[in-house]
Amino acid sequence: MSKSTHEIEVEIRNPEGLHMRPAMLFVDLANSFDSDISVRHQDVCADAKSIMQMTMLAATCGTRLKVTAVGPDAGQAIQALRGLVENKFADDSQASVSEKEGSV
Amino acid sequence: MKLADIVCFKAIVAQLNSNKRDDVISELVKSLVDRQKMKGVDAKNLAKAVVKRENEASTGIGKGVAVPHVKHESVTEPVAVVGCSQQGIDFASLDKQPVYSVVLLLSPTANPDKHLQAMETIFKNLQKDDFRRFLRQAQTAEAIIEAIKDADEDDS
Repeated sequence: MSKSTHEIEVEIRNPEGLHMRPAMLFVDLANSFDSDISVRHQDVCADAKSIMQMTMLAATCGTRLKVTAVGPDAGQAIQALRGLVENKFADDSQASVSEKEGSV
Repeated sequence: MKLADIVCFKAIVAQLNSNKRDDVISELVKSLVDRQKMKGVDAKNLAKAVVKRENEASTGIGKGVAVPHVKHESVTEPVAVVGCSQQGIDFASLDKQPVYSVVLLLSPTANPDKHLQAMETIFKNLQKDDFRRFLRQAQTAEAIIEAIKDADEDDS
């Protein structure tokens, strides 16, 4: 299969930003693809397959990230990751509820 | 943001008593609440909240480090504490290896952006091989503080 490069810009819309749990979901999803995937926020570029590097992006709510995939399944990877971000990581409401519970 | 801005030096535990995850969390939260003189904060409740968060997804991110954390209403500013264990702690880490260095972070519920900045600072430094190695070798609070200051200087 031939290599291709796909790139999109996404906006983080969770009020809590890209904190560790959503970042982990992102990393897990990225790891399910063969392509090399990177995420850029201003001058910081992170390997999308590394939780350490992804947490270094400090992507708050409203942050725009550039996601680049290079490899045989780059197109699918970008589609899947875009879906995750646009769905606010399906984590948002649940996270805020459980964090509230945890704080009582 | 620098590590020295968030880590409470007085609360550092250079040799953790326990090698059990939940006990380590309690020990670090208690040290932080006591030394940081956090008023009106129930250390037990706070530790419970950290454990609950930890059970949802391990913060043992590999390479012998873990970053347990929670956002809590009783916390006013992000504050962290470092604890080290010579024996290693089972943190259900991603790489299934024991954890030797723990950076525990407490953040206010009200300011998620500050929490992210604090996490960024912690992770940026834990990425450094030297910092992890110095933490791992440290057996006194002084050695840990020195490692933190060196890591901070690296950035400037």
